[in-house]
Amino acid sequence: MGDKRSRAFWPLAIFFSLFVLFLYGPTLTVLILSFQGPEGGLTFPMNGVSTHWFGVLWQGLGVVDVWAAFGRSFRLGLVVTVLTVVISVLAGLAFRRRFRGSTLLFYTAIASLILPSIAVSLGIALEFRIFDDFVKAYGLGGAGYQSSMGLFTSALGAHLTWTLPFGLLVMFAVFNRFDPAYEEAARDLGATPRQTFRYVVLPIIAPYLVGVALFGFTLSWDEIARTSQAVGGPNTLPLELQGLTTTVTTPAIYALGTLTTAVSFLVIALTLGTGLFLRARRMRGASDAGKGTL
Amino acid sequence: MAATNRTGIVPYLQAAPLALVFLLFLVVPLAFIVVVSFWTYDNYQIQPAFTVQNYADVFDRCIARLPTLCTTFRTYVSTLGFALRVWVLTLLIGFAIAYFLAFEVRSKAIQSVLFLICTIPFWTSNVIRMISWIPLLGREGLVNRTLMGLGVVDQPVEWLLYSGFSVTLTFVHLFTFFMVVPIYNSMLRIDRSLIEAARDAGASGWQILWNVVVPLSKTGIAIGSIFVLTIVMGDFVTVGLMGGQQIASVGKTIQTEISYLQFPIAAANAVVLLATVLLIVFALLRVVDIRKEL
Repeated sequence: MGDKRSRAFWPLAIFFSLFVLFLYGPTLTVLILSFQGPEGGLTFPMNGVSTHWFGVLWQGLGVVDVWAAFGRSFRLGLVVTVLTVVISVLAGLAFRRRFRGSTLLFYTAIASLILPSIAVSLGIALEFRIFDDFVKAYGLGGAGYQSSMGLFTSALGAHLTWTLPFGLLVMFAVFNRFDPAYEEAARDLGATPRQTFRYVVLPIIAPYLVGVALFGFTLSWDEIARTSQAVGGPNTLPLELQGLTTTVTTPAIYALGTLTTAVSFLVIALTLGTGLFLRARRMRGASDAGKGTL
Repeated sequence: MAATNRTGIVPYLQAAPLALVFLLFLVVPLAFIVVVSFWTYDNYQIQPAFTVQNYADVFDRCIARLPTLCTTFRTYVSTLGFALRVWVLTLLIGFAIAYFLAFEVRSKAIQSVLFLICTIPFWTSNVIRMISWIPLLGREGLVNRTLMGLGVVDQPVEWLLYSGFSVTLTFVHLFTFFMVVPIYNSMLRIDRSLIEAARDAGASGWQILWNVVVPLSKTGIAIGSIFVLTIVMGDFVTVGLMGGQQIASVGKTIQTEISYLQFPIAAANAVVLLATVLLIVFALLRVVDIRKEL
Protein backbone atom coordinates (compact mmCIF):
# COMPACT_ATOMS: atom_id res chain seq x y z
CA MET A 1 0.00 0.00 0.00
CA GLY A 2 1.30 3.43 -0.88
CA ASP A 3 1.73 6.16 1.67
CA LYS A 4 -0.66 8.40 -0.17
CA ARG A 5 -4.31 8.22 0.85
CA SER A 6 -6.38 6.52 -1.81
CA ARG A 7 -8.78 8.59 -3.88
CA ALA A 8 -11.66 6.88 -2.13
CA PHE A 9 -10.59 8.12 1.32
CA TRP A 10 -12.25 11.51 1.44
CA PRO A 11 -15.58 10.53 -0.14
CA LEU A 12 -15.76 7.58 2.23
CA ALA A 13 -14.73 9.70 5.20
CA ILE A 14 -17.55 12.12 4.39
CA PHE A 15 -19.96 9.21 3.98
CA PHE A 16 -18.85 7.83 7.33
CA SER A 17 -19.39 11.20 9.03
CA LEU A 18 -22.89 11.44 7.55
CA PHE A 19 -23.59 7.91 8.78
CA VAL A 20 -22.52 8.83 12.31
CA LEU A 21 -24.72 11.93 12.12
CA PHE A 22 -27.59 9.70 10.95
CA LEU A 23 -26.95 7.34 13.89
CA TYR A 24 -26.71 9.96 16.61
CA GLY A 25 -28.60 12.96 15.23
CA PRO A 26 -32.17 11.87 16.01
CA THR A 27 -31.25 10.78 19.55
CA LEU A 28 -29.64 14.18 20.09
CA THR A 29 -32.87 15.93 19.10
CA VAL A 30 -34.71 13.92 21.76
CA LEU A 31 -32.05 14.86 24.28
CA ILE A 32 -32.39 18.55 23.40
CA LEU A 33 -36.19 18.53 23.27
CA SER A 34 -36.47 16.89 26.70
CA PHE A 35 -35.25 20.22 28.10
CA GLN A 36 -38.14 21.99 26.36
CA GLY A 37 -39.77 24.88 28.27
CA PRO A 38 -43.08 24.27 30.10
CA GLU A 39 -45.06 25.78 27.18
CA GLY A 40 -43.11 23.92 24.52
CA GLY A 41 -44.36 21.04 22.40
CA LEU A 42 -43.10 17.83 20.83
CA THR A 43 -41.17 19.54 18.05
CA PHE A 44 -38.84 22.46 17.52
CA PRO A 45 -38.66 25.36 18.15
CA MET A 46 -37.53 25.23 21.75
CA ASN A 47 -39.85 27.32 23.87
CA GLY A 48 -37.33 28.19 26.53
CA VAL A 49 -35.08 25.79 28.39
CA SER A 50 -36.15 24.01 31.54
CA THR A 51 -36.14 20.74 33.43
CA HIS A 52 -39.93 21.02 33.73
CA TRP A 53 -40.61 17.75 31.91
CA PHE A 54 -38.26 15.79 34.12
CA GLY A 55 -40.35 17.11 37.03
CA VAL A 56 -43.50 15.92 35.28
CA LEU A 57 -41.85 12.54 34.73
CA TRP A 58 -40.80 12.39 38.38
CA GLN A 59 -44.46 12.65 39.40
CA GLY A 60 -45.33 9.75 37.10
CA LEU A 61 -47.07 9.66 33.74
CA GLY A 62 -50.80 9.20 34.21
CA VAL A 63 -51.92 5.70 35.11
CA VAL A 64 -48.55 4.16 34.35
CA ASP A 65 -46.15 3.82 37.26
CA VAL A 66 -42.96 4.59 35.34
CA TRP A 67 -40.70 4.20 38.37
CA ALA A 68 -42.01 0.77 39.27
CA ALA A 69 -41.38 -0.29 35.67
CA PHE A 70 -37.92 1.27 35.88
CA GLY A 71 -37.17 -0.81 38.99
CA ARG A 72 -38.53 -4.01 37.42
CA SER A 73 -36.44 -3.58 34.28
CA PHE A 74 -33.35 -2.79 36.33
CA ARG A 75 -33.69 -5.83 38.57
CA LEU A 76 -34.44 -8.09 35.63
CA GLY A 77 -31.45 -6.62 33.78
CA LEU A 78 -29.11 -7.41 36.65
CA VAL A 79 -30.32 -11.00 36.93
CA VAL A 80 -30.05 -11.46 33.16
CA THR A 81 -26.52 -10.01 33.23
CA VAL A 82 -25.26 -12.38 35.93
CA LEU A 83 -26.86 -15.43 34.32
CA THR A 84 -25.61 -14.45 30.85
CA VAL A 85 -22.01 -14.11 32.05
CA VAL A 86 -21.98 -17.34 34.05
CA ILE A 87 -23.76 -19.49 31.46
CA SER A 88 -21.75 -18.04 28.55
CA VAL A 89 -18.39 -18.64 30.25
CA LEU A 90 -19.28 -22.21 31.14
CA ALA A 91 -20.53 -22.89 27.62
CA GLY A 92 -17.48 -21.16 26.15
CA LEU A 93 -15.24 -23.52 28.14
CA ALA A 94 -17.31 -26.51 27.01
CA PHE A 95 -17.02 -25.57 23.34
CA ARG A 96 -13.22 -25.61 23.52
CA ARG A 97 -13.48 -29.36 23.38
CA ARG A 98 -15.44 -31.49 21.01
CA PHE A 99 -18.43 -33.05 22.68
CA ARG A 100 -21.48 -34.91 21.50
CA GLY A 101 -24.19 -32.50 20.44
CA SER A 102 -21.89 -29.48 20.31
CA THR A 103 -22.87 -28.72 16.72
CA LEU A 104 -26.55 -29.03 17.53
CA LEU A 105 -26.18 -26.75 20.55
CA PHE A 106 -24.26 -24.21 18.47
CA TYR A 107 -26.94 -24.10 15.79
CA THR A 108 -29.64 -23.85 18.46
CA ALA A 109 -27.89 -20.74 19.78
CA ILE A 110 -27.75 -19.25 16.27
CA ALA A 111 -31.41 -20.13 15.77
CA SER A 112 -32.23 -18.39 19.03
CA LEU A 113 -30.60 -15.28 17.65
CA ILE A 114 -32.32 -15.17 14.29
CA LEU A 115 -35.74 -16.74 14.74
CA PRO A 116 -38.52 -14.13 14.79
CA SER A 117 -38.95 -12.77 18.30
CA ILE A 118 -42.72 -12.71 18.01
CA ALA A 119 -42.70 -16.49 17.48
CA VAL A 120 -40.32 -17.13 20.40
CA SER A 121 -42.44 -14.88 22.59
CA LEU A 122 -45.68 -16.59 21.55
CA GLY A 123 -44.13 -20.00 22.16
CA ILE A 124 -43.07 -19.10 25.69
CA ALA A 125 -46.52 -17.66 26.39
CA LEU A 126 -48.15 -20.88 25.16
CA GLU A 127 -45.77 -23.02 27.18
CA PHE A 128 -46.61 -21.20 30.40
CA ARG A 129 -50.34 -21.07 29.65
CA ILE A 130 -50.49 -24.79 29.03
CA PHE A 131 -48.44 -25.38 32.18
CA ASP A 132 -50.89 -23.20 34.13
CA ASP A 133 -53.88 -25.06 32.71
CA PHE A 134 -52.25 -28.33 33.71
CA VAL A 135 -51.51 -27.15 37.25
CA LYS A 136 -55.05 -25.81 37.67
CA ALA A 137 -56.66 -28.92 36.22
CA TYR A 138 -54.94 -31.11 38.78
CA GLY A 139 -55.15 -28.56 41.60
CA LEU A 140 -51.40 -28.69 42.14
CA GLY A 141 -50.87 -25.00 42.82
CA GLY A 142 -53.32 -24.58 45.69
CA ALA A 143 -56.44 -22.44 45.74
CA GLY A 144 -54.80 -19.08 45.09
CA TYR A 145 -52.79 -20.20 42.06
CA GLN A 146 -53.00 -17.70 39.21
CA SER A 147 -50.15 -18.09 36.77
CA SER A 148 -46.53 -19.15 36.60
CA MET A 149 -45.82 -16.38 34.09
CA GLY A 150 -43.89 -13.45 35.42
CA LEU A 151 -40.85 -11.24 35.34
CA PHE A 152 -38.41 -13.79 36.74
CA THR A 153 -39.85 -16.84 35.04
CA SER A 154 -41.15 -16.40 31.49
CA ALA A 155 -39.72 -12.90 30.86
CA LEU A 156 -36.32 -13.92 32.24
CA GLY A 157 -36.29 -16.94 29.94
CA ALA A 158 -37.30 -14.80 26.96
CA HIS A 159 -34.44 -12.38 27.69
CA LEU A 160 -31.90 -15.17 28.03
CA THR A 161 -32.80 -16.56 24.59
CA TRP A 162 -31.76 -13.15 23.25
CA THR A 163 -28.66 -12.38 25.38
CA LEU A 164 -27.03 -15.82 25.54
CA PRO A 165 -26.25 -16.15 21.81
CA PHE A 166 -24.39 -12.82 21.96
CA GLY A 167 -22.56 -13.92 25.10
CA LEU A 168 -21.63 -17.22 23.47
CA LEU A 169 -20.33 -15.53 20.30
CA VAL A 170 -18.13 -13.23 22.41
CA MET A 171 -16.78 -16.27 24.29
CA PHE A 172 -16.01 -17.99 20.98
CA ALA A 173 -14.05 -14.94 19.88
CA VAL A 174 -12.19 -14.93 23.21
CA PHE A 175 -11.28 -18.61 23.34
CA ASN A 176 -10.28 -18.70 19.67
CA ARG A 177 -7.43 -16.36 20.55
CA PHE A 178 -6.68 -17.98 23.90
CA ASP A 179 -3.27 -19.58 24.08
CA PRO A 180 -3.58 -22.99 25.84
CA ALA A 181 0.11 -22.76 26.75
CA TYR A 182 -0.86 -20.71 29.82
CA GLU A 183 -3.03 -23.52 31.13
CA GLU A 184 -0.42 -26.14 30.31
CA ALA A 185 2.16 -24.12 32.20
CA ALA A 186 -0.17 -23.87 35.20
CA ARG A 187 -0.83 -27.60 35.05
CA ASP A 188 2.85 -28.37 34.79
CA LEU A 189 3.42 -26.29 37.90
CA GLY A 190 0.93 -28.48 39.71
CA ALA A 191 -2.24 -26.35 39.63
CA THR A 192 -5.55 -28.18 39.93
CA PRO A 193 -8.11 -27.52 37.16
CA ARG A 194 -9.99 -25.27 39.59
CA GLN A 195 -6.83 -23.28 40.39
CA THR A 196 -5.94 -23.08 36.72
CA PHE A 197 -9.31 -21.55 35.97
CA ARG A 198 -9.36 -19.21 38.94
CA TYR A 199 -5.78 -17.89 38.74
CA VAL A 200 -4.90 -18.24 35.06
CA VAL A 201 -7.90 -18.41 32.73
CA LEU A 202 -10.26 -16.06 34.57
CA PRO A 203 -7.85 -13.10 34.89
CA ILE A 204 -7.03 -13.38 31.19
CA ILE A 205 -10.63 -13.47 29.99
CA ALA A 206 -11.98 -11.01 32.60
CA PRO A 207 -11.88 -7.91 30.34
CA TYR A 208 -13.99 -9.71 27.75
CA LEU A 209 -16.48 -10.92 30.35
CA VAL A 210 -17.19 -7.26 30.92
CA GLY A 211 -18.23 -7.18 27.26
CA VAL A 212 -20.55 -10.14 27.80
CA ALA A 213 -22.06 -8.34 30.80
CA LEU A 214 -22.57 -5.25 28.66
CA PHE A 215 -24.51 -7.27 26.10
CA GLY A 216 -26.47 -8.95 28.88
CA PHE A 217 -27.62 -5.79 30.57
CA THR A 218 -28.23 -3.46 27.63
CA LEU A 219 -30.01 -6.05 25.50
CA SER A 220 -32.27 -6.91 28.44
CA TRP A 221 -32.81 -3.26 29.40
CA ASP A 222 -34.14 -2.44 25.91
CA GLU A 223 -35.81 -5.71 24.99
CA ILE A 224 -39.39 -5.48 23.70
CA ALA A 225 -40.18 -8.04 21.04
CA ARG A 226 -39.50 -11.22 23.02
CA THR A 227 -40.84 -9.83 26.28
CA SER A 228 -44.07 -8.55 24.75
CA GLN A 229 -46.12 -11.75 24.95
CA ALA A 230 -44.09 -13.47 27.66
CA VAL A 231 -44.05 -10.85 30.40
CA GLY A 232 -47.24 -11.98 32.10
CA GLY A 233 -48.29 -9.32 34.59
CA PRO A 234 -46.54 -5.98 35.08
CA ASN A 235 -44.65 -4.59 32.09
CA THR A 236 -40.97 -3.77 31.76
CA LEU A 237 -39.88 -0.20 31.10
CA PRO A 238 -39.46 -0.48 27.30
CA LEU A 239 -42.93 -2.00 27.02
CA GLU A 240 -44.42 0.83 29.09
CA LEU A 241 -42.48 3.29 26.99
CA GLN A 242 -43.82 1.77 23.79
CA GLY A 243 -47.36 2.14 25.14
CA LEU A 244 -46.71 5.70 26.28
CA THR A 245 -45.62 6.82 22.81
CA THR A 246 -49.25 6.78 21.72
CA THR A 247 -50.82 8.26 24.88
CA VAL A 248 -48.32 10.86 26.09
CA THR A 249 -48.16 13.86 23.80
CA THR A 250 -45.85 16.08 25.84
CA PRO A 251 -42.04 16.30 25.97
CA ALA A 252 -42.26 14.21 29.18
CA ILE A 253 -41.89 11.20 26.88
CA TYR A 254 -38.57 12.66 25.66
CA ALA A 255 -37.51 13.16 29.28
CA LEU A 256 -38.14 9.47 29.84
CA GLY A 257 -36.21 8.72 26.64
CA THR A 258 -33.29 10.84 27.80
CA LEU A 259 -33.34 9.07 31.14
CA THR A 260 -33.30 5.52 29.73
CA THR A 261 -30.61 6.48 27.22
CA ALA A 262 -28.61 7.96 30.10
CA VAL A 263 -28.85 4.64 31.95
CA SER A 264 -27.68 2.80 28.82
CA PHE A 265 -24.75 5.18 28.34
CA LEU A 266 -23.82 4.98 32.02
CA VAL A 267 -23.72 1.20 31.81
CA ILE A 268 -21.70 1.31 28.56
CA ALA A 269 -19.21 3.78 30.04
CA LEU A 270 -18.90 1.82 33.28
CA THR A 271 -18.33 -1.50 31.55
CA LEU A 272 -15.92 -0.14 28.94
CA GLY A 273 -14.05 1.64 31.74
CA THR A 274 -13.89 -1.54 33.80
CA GLY A 275 -12.76 -3.51 30.76
CA LEU A 276 -9.94 -1.06 30.03
CA PHE A 277 -8.96 -1.01 33.71
CA LEU A 278 -8.79 -4.81 33.89
CA ARG A 279 -6.73 -4.94 30.73
CA ALA A 280 -4.34 -2.28 31.92
CA ARG A 281 -3.94 -4.10 35.23
CA ARG A 282 -3.25 -7.32 33.41
CA MET A 283 -0.66 -5.65 31.19
CA ARG A 284 1.03 -4.13 34.22
CA GLY A 285 1.13 -7.46 36.00
CA ALA A 286 1.83 -9.42 32.86
CA SER A 287 5.56 -9.56 33.07
CA ASP A 288 8.03 -9.18 35.87
CA ALA A 289 11.02 -9.45 33.59
CA GLY A 290 13.85 -7.17 34.59
CA LYS A 291 12.27 -6.26 37.89
CA GLY A 292 14.45 -8.49 39.98
CA THR A 293 13.36 -11.41 42.04
CA LEU A 294 13.21 -9.96 45.54
CA MET B 1 -4.29 -30.22 23.82
CA ALA B 2 -2.79 -33.66 24.02
CA ALA B 3 -3.74 -34.27 27.63
CA THR B 4 -7.49 -34.02 27.09
CA ASN B 5 -8.22 -36.31 24.19
CA ARG B 6 -10.66 -38.11 26.42
CA THR B 7 -13.77 -35.91 26.52
CA GLY B 8 -15.08 -36.88 29.94
CA ILE B 9 -18.14 -35.48 31.59
CA VAL B 10 -16.83 -31.95 32.19
CA PRO B 11 -17.85 -30.30 28.89
CA TYR B 12 -21.35 -31.72 29.24
CA LEU B 13 -21.72 -30.19 32.69
CA GLN B 14 -20.36 -26.89 31.39
CA ALA B 15 -22.74 -26.83 28.43
CA ALA B 16 -25.74 -28.02 30.45
CA PRO B 17 -27.03 -24.64 31.69
CA LEU B 18 -26.98 -23.21 28.16
CA ALA B 19 -28.67 -26.29 26.75
CA LEU B 20 -31.27 -26.18 29.52
CA VAL B 21 -32.17 -22.54 28.86
CA PHE B 22 -32.57 -23.17 25.14
CA LEU B 23 -34.56 -26.33 25.79
CA LEU B 24 -36.97 -24.61 28.19
CA PHE B 25 -37.33 -21.27 26.44
CA LEU B 26 -36.74 -22.01 22.77
CA VAL B 27 -37.13 -25.65 21.75
CA VAL B 28 -40.17 -26.56 23.88
CA PRO B 29 -41.92 -23.23 23.10
CA LEU B 30 -41.39 -23.74 19.36
CA ALA B 31 -42.72 -27.28 19.68
CA PHE B 32 -45.79 -25.89 21.45
CA ILE B 33 -46.35 -23.44 18.61
CA VAL B 34 -46.42 -26.31 16.13
CA VAL B 35 -48.70 -28.38 18.37
CA VAL B 36 -51.12 -25.57 19.22
CA SER B 37 -51.38 -24.59 15.56
CA PHE B 38 -53.48 -27.77 15.18
CA TRP B 39 -55.68 -27.05 18.20
CA THR B 40 -59.05 -25.34 18.36
CA TYR B 41 -60.20 -22.48 20.51
CA ASP B 42 -63.34 -20.88 21.82
CA ASN B 43 -63.63 -17.51 23.51
CA TYR B 44 -61.11 -17.95 26.30
CA GLN B 45 -59.78 -21.46 26.07
CA ILE B 46 -57.51 -23.34 23.76
CA GLN B 47 -58.51 -26.96 23.29
CA PRO B 48 -56.35 -29.90 22.27
CA ALA B 49 -57.50 -31.26 18.91
CA PHE B 50 -56.12 -32.09 15.53
CA THR B 51 -57.49 -29.75 12.93
CA VAL B 52 -55.98 -27.98 9.96
CA GLN B 53 -58.70 -25.33 10.20
CA ASN B 54 -56.22 -22.71 11.48
CA TYR B 55 -54.06 -23.12 8.39
CA ALA B 56 -57.17 -23.03 6.23
CA ASP B 57 -58.08 -19.75 7.94
CA VAL B 58 -54.61 -18.31 7.38
CA PHE B 59 -54.76 -19.13 3.67
CA ASP B 60 -58.47 -18.44 3.33
CA ARG B 61 -59.28 -18.47 -0.42
CA CYS B 62 -55.68 -17.51 -1.18
CA ILE B 63 -55.34 -19.89 -4.13
CA ALA B 64 -58.88 -19.58 -5.45
CA ARG B 65 -58.74 -15.81 -5.69
CA LEU B 66 -55.43 -15.54 -7.49
CA PRO B 67 -54.26 -13.37 -9.17
CA THR B 68 -56.01 -11.13 -6.60
CA LEU B 69 -53.96 -11.41 -3.44
CA CYS B 70 -55.61 -12.56 -0.24
CA THR B 71 -54.84 -10.80 3.05
CA THR B 72 -52.08 -13.22 4.01
CA PHE B 73 -50.33 -13.00 0.65
CA ARG B 74 -50.69 -9.22 0.64
CA THR B 75 -49.13 -9.05 4.10
CA TYR B 76 -46.25 -11.28 3.03
CA VAL B 77 -45.66 -9.28 -0.14
CA SER B 78 -45.58 -6.08 1.91
CA THR B 79 -43.26 -7.57 4.56
CA LEU B 80 -40.96 -9.12 1.95
CA GLY B 81 -40.90 -5.74 0.20
CA PHE B 82 -39.66 -4.05 3.35
CA ALA B 83 -37.15 -6.85 3.93
CA LEU B 84 -35.78 -6.46 0.40
CA ARG B 85 -35.54 -2.66 0.51
CA VAL B 86 -33.93 -2.66 3.95
CA TRP B 87 -31.55 -5.43 2.93
CA VAL B 88 -30.30 -3.55 -0.14
CA LEU B 89 -29.89 -0.28 1.78
CA THR B 90 -28.19 -1.77 4.84
CA LEU B 91 -25.92 -3.86 2.63
CA LEU B 92 -24.74 -0.88 0.57
CA ILE B 93 -24.31 1.40 3.59
CA GLY B 94 -22.87 -1.34 5.81
CA PHE B 95 -20.37 -2.42 3.17
CA ALA B 96 -19.18 1.14 2.55
CA ILE B 97 -18.77 1.82 6.28
CA ALA B 98 -17.00 -1.48 6.92
CA TYR B 99 -14.72 -0.88 3.91
CA PHE B 100 -13.83 2.59 5.14
CA LEU B 101 -12.98 1.29 8.62
CA ALA B 102 -11.06 -1.77 7.48
CA PHE B 103 -9.13 -0.40 4.50
CA GLU B 104 -9.02 3.37 4.58
CA VAL B 105 -8.39 4.04 8.27
CA ARG B 106 -4.73 3.31 8.90
CA SER B 107 -4.32 3.49 12.66
CA LYS B 108 -5.55 0.49 14.64
CA ALA B 109 -6.56 2.69 17.56
CA ILE B 110 -8.64 5.06 15.43
CA GLN B 111 -10.17 2.04 13.71
CA SER B 112 -11.33 0.68 17.07
CA VAL B 113 -12.67 4.01 18.26
CA LEU B 114 -14.65 4.61 15.05
CA PHE B 115 -15.99 1.06 15.18
CA LEU B 116 -17.09 1.62 18.77
CA ILE B 117 -18.86 4.83 17.72
CA CYS B 118 -20.86 2.78 15.21
CA THR B 119 -21.81 0.13 17.75
CA ILE B 120 -22.75 2.24 20.80
CA PRO B 121 -26.25 3.12 19.52
CA PHE B 122 -26.94 -0.62 19.30
CA TRP B 123 -26.72 -0.69 23.10
CA THR B 124 -29.40 1.97 23.54
CA SER B 125 -33.16 1.65 23.36
CA ASN B 126 -34.73 0.93 19.98
CA VAL B 127 -38.01 2.61 20.98
CA ILE B 128 -36.16 5.82 21.85
CA ARG B 129 -34.30 5.66 18.56
CA MET B 130 -37.65 5.24 16.80
CA ILE B 131 -39.51 8.08 18.49
CA SER B 132 -36.51 10.35 18.01
CA TRP B 133 -37.51 10.57 14.34
CA ILE B 134 -40.85 12.14 15.23
CA PRO B 135 -39.56 15.69 15.88
CA LEU B 136 -37.64 15.47 12.61
CA LEU B 137 -40.21 13.93 10.28
CA GLY B 138 -43.56 15.05 11.68
CA ARG B 139 -45.94 17.54 10.03
CA GLU B 140 -44.41 20.31 12.15
CA GLY B 141 -41.02 18.62 12.15
CA LEU B 142 -37.62 19.95 11.30
CA VAL B 143 -37.56 18.54 7.76
CA ASN B 144 -40.95 19.98 6.83
CA ARG B 145 -40.11 23.36 8.35
CA THR B 146 -36.85 23.47 6.43
CA LEU B 147 -38.48 22.44 3.16
CA MET B 148 -41.23 25.04 3.58
CA GLY B 149 -38.75 27.67 4.69
CA LEU B 150 -36.72 27.09 1.54
CA GLY B 151 -39.93 27.27 -0.51
CA VAL B 152 -39.47 23.75 -1.89
CA VAL B 153 -43.01 22.82 -0.86
CA ASP B 154 -46.10 24.86 0.17
CA GLN B 155 -47.76 22.12 2.22
CA PRO B 156 -46.07 19.90 4.82
CA VAL B 157 -44.99 16.63 3.22
CA GLU B 158 -47.27 13.96 4.68
CA TRP B 159 -45.42 10.81 3.70
CA LEU B 160 -42.38 11.47 5.87
CA LEU B 161 -43.84 10.00 9.07
CA TYR B 162 -46.14 7.03 9.75
CA SER B 163 -45.50 5.74 6.27
CA GLY B 164 -43.56 3.08 4.41
CA PHE B 165 -40.80 5.65 4.13
CA SER B 166 -40.41 6.18 7.89
CA VAL B 167 -40.58 2.42 8.51
CA THR B 168 -37.79 1.74 5.98
CA LEU B 169 -35.72 4.64 7.30
CA THR B 170 -36.03 3.40 10.89
CA PHE B 171 -35.12 -0.16 9.93
CA VAL B 172 -31.99 1.11 8.19
CA HIS B 173 -31.24 3.31 11.19
CA LEU B 174 -31.59 0.45 13.66
CA PHE B 175 -30.12 -2.49 11.81
CA THR B 176 -27.23 -1.29 9.63
CA PHE B 177 -25.19 -2.29 12.71
CA PHE B 178 -25.93 -5.94 11.93
CA MET B 179 -24.32 -5.52 8.50
CA VAL B 180 -21.33 -3.43 9.55
CA VAL B 181 -20.07 -5.80 12.27
CA PRO B 182 -19.82 -9.09 10.32
CA ILE B 183 -18.60 -7.45 7.09
CA TYR B 184 -15.96 -5.47 9.01
CA ASN B 185 -14.94 -8.69 10.75
CA SER B 186 -14.51 -10.46 7.39
CA MET B 187 -12.59 -7.58 5.90
CA LEU B 188 -10.10 -7.45 8.78
CA ARG B 189 -9.09 -11.00 7.91
CA ILE B 190 -8.35 -10.26 4.26
CA ASP B 191 -4.64 -10.60 3.64
CA ARG B 192 -3.48 -7.15 2.52
CA SER B 193 -0.85 -8.66 0.21
CA LEU B 194 -3.67 -10.03 -1.98
CA ILE B 195 -4.75 -6.48 -2.70
CA GLU B 196 -1.19 -5.42 -3.40
CA ALA B 197 -0.79 -8.37 -5.73
CA ALA B 198 -3.95 -7.39 -7.58
CA ARG B 199 -2.70 -3.83 -7.88
CA ASP B 200 0.71 -4.99 -9.12
CA ALA B 201 -1.05 -7.13 -11.68
CA GLY B 202 -2.70 -3.96 -12.98
CA ALA B 203 -6.17 -4.16 -11.49
CA SER B 204 -8.08 -0.90 -11.12
CA GLY B 205 -9.63 0.16 -7.82
CA TRP B 206 -13.07 -1.09 -8.85
CA GLN B 207 -11.66 -4.37 -10.12
CA ILE B 208 -9.90 -4.96 -6.79
CA LEU B 209 -13.12 -4.15 -4.96
CA TRP B 210 -15.28 -6.43 -7.08
CA ASN B 211 -12.88 -9.33 -7.70
CA VAL B 212 -10.92 -9.42 -4.42
CA VAL B 213 -12.64 -7.59 -1.58
CA VAL B 214 -16.25 -8.54 -2.26
CA PRO B 215 -15.64 -12.30 -2.70
CA LEU B 216 -13.48 -12.39 0.44
CA SER B 217 -16.15 -10.52 2.43
CA LYS B 218 -18.81 -12.99 1.33
CA THR B 219 -19.15 -14.58 4.76
CA GLY B 220 -19.72 -11.28 6.49
CA ILE B 221 -22.20 -10.22 3.85
CA ALA B 222 -24.13 -13.48 4.24
CA ILE B 223 -24.20 -13.30 8.06
CA GLY B 224 -25.29 -9.65 7.99
CA SER B 225 -27.96 -10.47 5.42
CA ILE B 226 -29.32 -13.30 7.57
CA PHE B 227 -29.63 -10.95 10.54
CA VAL B 228 -31.27 -8.09 8.68
CA LEU B 229 -33.68 -10.22 6.64
CA THR B 230 -34.85 -12.31 9.59
CA ILE B 231 -35.32 -9.30 11.87
CA VAL B 232 -37.36 -7.38 9.32
CA MET B 233 -39.44 -10.45 8.42
CA GLY B 234 -40.54 -10.96 12.03
CA ASP B 235 -40.78 -7.33 13.11
CA PHE B 236 -43.91 -5.86 14.61
CA VAL B 237 -42.60 -3.12 16.88
CA THR B 238 -40.99 -0.89 14.23
CA VAL B 239 -43.73 -1.38 11.66
CA GLY B 240 -46.34 -0.66 14.33
CA LEU B 241 -44.74 2.44 15.80
CA MET B 242 -43.29 4.04 12.67
CA GLY B 243 -46.16 2.95 10.43
CA GLY B 244 -48.70 4.62 12.73
CA GLN B 245 -50.29 1.16 13.28
CA GLN B 246 -51.57 1.43 9.68
CA ILE B 247 -49.11 -0.80 7.85
CA ALA B 248 -49.56 -4.57 7.85
CA SER B 249 -46.75 -6.97 8.62
CA VAL B 250 -46.65 -10.67 9.39
CA GLY B 251 -45.42 -10.04 12.93
CA LYS B 252 -48.17 -7.51 13.57
CA THR B 253 -50.81 -9.95 12.34
CA ILE B 254 -49.60 -12.52 14.85
CA GLN B 255 -49.49 -9.92 17.61
CA THR B 256 -53.08 -8.83 16.90
CA GLU B 257 -54.30 -12.43 16.94
CA ILE B 258 -52.59 -13.02 20.28
CA SER B 259 -54.22 -9.90 21.71
CA TYR B 260 -57.61 -11.40 20.77
CA LEU B 261 -56.48 -14.64 22.46
CA GLN B 262 -56.76 -16.50 19.15
CA PHE B 263 -53.69 -18.54 20.04
CA PRO B 264 -54.10 -21.45 17.61
CA ILE B 265 -54.44 -19.22 14.56
CA ALA B 266 -51.57 -17.06 15.80
CA ALA B 267 -49.55 -20.26 16.16
CA ALA B 268 -50.43 -21.33 12.61
CA ASN B 269 -49.31 -17.92 11.35
CA ALA B 270 -46.10 -18.21 13.38
CA VAL B 271 -45.38 -21.62 11.84
CA VAL B 272 -45.78 -20.15 8.34
CA LEU B 273 -43.50 -17.24 9.32
CA LEU B 274 -40.88 -19.59 10.80
CA ALA B 275 -40.94 -21.69 7.64
CA THR B 276 -40.47 -18.59 5.49
CA VAL B 277 -37.58 -17.32 7.61
CA LEU B 278 -35.88 -20.73 7.68
CA LEU B 279 -36.18 -20.91 3.90
CA ILE B 280 -34.39 -17.57 3.58
CA VAL B 281 -31.70 -18.64 6.05
CA PHE B 282 -31.03 -21.95 4.30
CA ALA B 283 -30.79 -20.16 0.97
CA LEU B 284 -28.16 -17.84 2.44
CA LEU B 285 -26.33 -20.67 4.22
CA ARG B 286 -25.75 -22.30 0.86
CA VAL B 287 -23.44 -19.37 0.23
CA VAL B 288 -21.44 -19.76 3.41
CA ASP B 289 -20.54 -22.04 6.32
CA ILE B 290 -20.85 -19.96 9.49
CA ARG B 291 -19.25 -22.42 11.89
CA LYS B 292 -16.04 -22.40 9.85
CA GLU B 293 -15.73 -18.67 10.20
CA LEU B 294 -15.83 -18.34 13.98
